[in-house]
Amino acid sequence: MPHKIGTKKQLSENVFTAEVEASLICRACKPGQFIILCINNEYSERIPLTIADSDSEKGTIRLIWQRIGKTTAELADLKEGDEIESIVGPLGNPTHIKNYGTVVCVGGGIGNAPLYPIVKALKEASNTIITILGARNKELLILEDEFTEMSDELIVTTDDGSYGRKALVTEPLKEVCQREGKPDQVFAIGPAIMMKFCCEVTKEFSIPTQVSLNTIMIDGTGMCGGCRIEYDGKPKFVCVDGPEFDGHKVNFDLMIKRLDTYKDKEKSSYEKYKEHKCKIGLDKNK
Amino acid sequence: MKEKKSKEFLEKLLEKQTKGQLKPSDRFDIPCQDMPVQDEVERRDNINEVAQGYTELQARLEAMRCIQCKNAPCIKGCPVEIRIKDFVGAIAEGRYKESLEIIKENSLLPAVCGRVCPQEAQCQKYCTVGKKFKDPTKAVSIGRLERYVADLDRDNNSIPEAGAATGMKVAVIGSGPGGIVAASDTRRAGHEVTIFEAFHKSGGVLVYGIPEFRLPKSIVKKEIEVIEKMGVKIVCNFVVGKTRTIRQLMKKDGFDAVYIGVGAGLPRFMNIEGESLVGVYSANEYLTRTNLMKAYKFGDGADTPILNSKKVAVIGGGNVAMDSARTAVRLGAEKVYLIYRRSEKEMPARIEEVHHAKEEGIEFHLLRNPKRIIGDESYRVKAIECLKYELGEPDESGRRRPVPIEGTEFTIDVDTVIVAIGNGANPLIQQTTEGLKFNKWGNIEVDEHCRTSIEGVYAGGDIVLGSATVILAMGQGRTAAAAINEYLARKKPKGAAS
Ligand SMILES: Cc1cc2nc3c(=O)[nH]c(=O)nc-3n(C[C@H](O)[C@H](O)[C@H](O)COP(=O)(O)OP(=O)(O)OC[C@H]3O[C@@H](n4cnc5c(N)ncnc54)[C@H](O)[C@@H]3O)c2cc1C
Ligand SMILES: Cc1cc2nc3c(=O)[nH]c(=O)nc-3n(C[C@H](O)[C@H](O)[C@H](O)COP(=O)(O)OP(=O)(O)OC[C@H]3O[C@@H](n4cnc5c(N)ncnc54)[C@H](O)[C@@H]3O)c2cc1C
Ligand code: SF4
Ligand code: SF4
Ligand code: FES
Repeated sequence: MPHKIGTKKQLSENVFTAEVEASLICRACKPGQFIILCINNEYSERIPLTIADSDSEKGTIRLIWQRIGKTTAELADLKEGDEIESIVGPLGNPTHIKNYGTVVCVGGGIGNAPLYPIVKALKEASNTIITILGARNKELLILEDEFTEMSDELIVTTDDGSYGRKALVTEPLKEVCQREGKPDQVFAIGPAIMMKFCCEVTKEFSIPTQVSLNTIMIDGTGMCGGCRIEYDGKPKFVCVDGPEFDGHKVNFDLMIKRLDTYKDKEKSSYEKYKEHKCKIGLDKNK
Repeated sequence: MKEKKSKEFLEKLLEKQTKGQLKPSDRFDIPCQDMPVQDEVERRDNINEVAQGYTELQARLEAMRCIQCKNAPCIKGCPVEIRIKDFVGAIAEGRYKESLEIIKENSLLPAVCGRVCPQEAQCQKYCTVGKKFKDPTKAVSIGRLERYVADLDRDNNSIPEAGAATGMKVAVIGSGPGGIVAASDTRRAGHEVTIFEAFHKSGGVLVYGIPEFRLPKSIVKKEIEVIEKMGVKIVCNFVVGKTRTIRQLMKKDGFDAVYIGVGAGLPRFMNIEGESLVGVYSANEYLTRTNLMKAYKFGDGADTPILNSKKVAVIGGGNVAMDSARTAVRLGAEKVYLIYRRSEKEMPARIEEVHHAKEEGIEFHLLRNPKRIIGDESYRVKAIECLKYELGEPDESGRRRPVPIEGTEFTIDVDTVIVAIGNGANPLIQQTTEGLKFNKWGNIEVDEHCRTSIEGVYAGGDIVLGSATVILAMGQGRTAAAAINEYLARKKPKGAAS
């Protein structure tokens, strides 16, 4: 059962979004869950992406992805009407949504995508939402309008100061934690290194912090153990025990190294793909 | 030369056979026929099948070694009770087609079982010929003969017929050997059958676990095609418990019966220091990357990477450990150490695999077990620290318990560690199926008909037996299918008048 790509858009230089046919998944999924896709069953990698939104009437799910390697680039090169051979899901546990009170939601880079359905659900559960979005520069900031609409307060930071505050997300996070009415809960989703530093901040203030981890995966059902992390000194599988965890117990240093396991190979694979694309002229119609 | 001699030898035997003068002593004189194998140096660089299969001459000679015992004790050793004596006898007389038909009465996948059954622990264990020579390796090579006739039939596309439509729907969860058999047998009874498989390809362990060099994927693919041609629908990328629950399948999607054959599928780790370092794999991950995702073709037709390991330690002594070690060799490792805490005698792996592993240069470290895995500053595996063991009193499994010898630590430099110490039960179905009974190890509880605690729900294979074998899973698939067929025959079709 191939999955057809509906409307597809480029959100920033390297971020894309598309609606994809997945009639069974869109009926079953909840915020915080993800899918694993395989563009071509014979040669592609299986990669996990968060279900950013779903429409059970249309039978579609929305994916938002950052082009960082061969598979995400190949996905970006697919056109509306093209097909993805395999999508499996919804995988992982849904976010625990309830009325926490005041919630700070921190999104970094592509982390805004998985953060979006969570904020949406938290808003519906009547939380007061302070959103902090960080990006390297103005061009890379995604979903700002959507978050503005859902948040009681929105703080934007950029690394280079091209938009919002020139800071890392941890700076405003710390300030919010120091406020009179300390927030009750923090959600932080983004690059592992960002989540690590967010957790260091919130730990100081003893504010429970959920992070969503993006380890390398294969099956997504607990069969391979490739997605394992060290949690509270013990192994946990992100695909079935997560993807969300209490960030104060995650060994981020180890996780970051595990993400780099195949760095050189992935790089060469991406280079080769770009080269090949140039040769066959795929580039031109971008 | 040798070939010519054996031919003459066979001709003499055939003459005696037609005259009805072939005596047991003649049969005992026939040497055991060795399996032709790919050169042991060459094969280290390719993934092609190692065992090449008997020639006709060899098959005939090997089959003649069977003395056609009256009580045929071998049959009791086969979990699906194939009429071994008869199929071997048919080969001895050159009636290959008939031989295969006899096997197919009881087994759906002879080309698979002939290759992967642990024959020395099953059918061949009881063979009178082996007993006579007081050497189990001299038993009649039942598995190789089974493979021989199955392979002769490779191009035959005869498809078993589905019975008249019953209007009943059966869901089979998991496309491993048990699921394949359950689907085929229920389809034959005329039910509408759908297999739901979590992965993007079907076949279960036969495609993601057991490597190409031992079981070519083309064989599994063909068997899957057969059941598809019978009208079994296969839905891949469907995780029961996530995409839909069993309850939804039965209550909302109209399935009248369900077979759960999801395998074991939860890798065990040793819970020692350093097990999450970069370069530590579960065997499941290592084998899935290579087999299912074809990591051996990375950059040249496959996008899934695997580490270019130079020195690899594999922990364990079963088939999974042998497969991992031999895969590492083929992926270019210079040194592969197999570390097992008991002695060779206790190894659960098939003897042939142990033998091939040794030929391929894998170094066995027996009565050793890891204590911790040591990493460098970037969390990559650098070495493994082990302890020496000795065998103590027998444990519950009847095997002598391995006991560590204090103070015998030593380290081996490695860059990769593959943990192949078995699989536990994956809890996904347990977490999402209310009312289904499990034992304390997380395996589904069933009765002798593979019935679970929920009406209309059956289970078999590794999720019931723990880690078992292909043939046992198939046996349960068959038992469950028979029970399902009987259950559905009693159940009224939807909308039928009473
Ligand atoms: C539960 C989950 C949800 C995710 N949701 C999203 C999402 O909604 N949008 C999105 O863009 N990405 C998401 N990711 C990350 C996404 O899966 C990876 O970006 C993707 O696998 C990269 O594939 P590639 O072939 O393009 O790049 P690769 O060539 O595989 O990787 C390029 C570089 O990126 C890093 N990398 C590799 N794998 C991952 C990974 N899994 N996560 C992060 N970095 C990685 C490595 O350092 C590598 O060198 C999610 C991951 C998980 C586990
Ligand atoms: C590396 C390795 C080597 C082995 N070597 C041998 C050997 O030489 N000889 C031998 O006899 N045995 C061997 N075995 C054991 C043998 O393969 C198993 O006992 C047998 O495959 C079990 O069959 P099964 O029907 O239970 O299903 P499995 O083959 O385990 O397949 C289960 C299937 O169910 C799917 N699944 C799981 N959960 C779900 C879900 N929730 N929804 C949908 N689908 C799901 C899985 O993806 C899988 O495809 C080996 C095992 C391994 C791992
Ligand atoms: S199925 Fe396995 S155990 Fe049975 S006869 Fe064949 S090889 Fe022996
Ligand atoms: S026990 Fe051995 S010799 Fe006797 S019938 Fe079986 S295979 Fe033949
Ligand atoms: S991805 Fe295989 S266990 Fe999580």
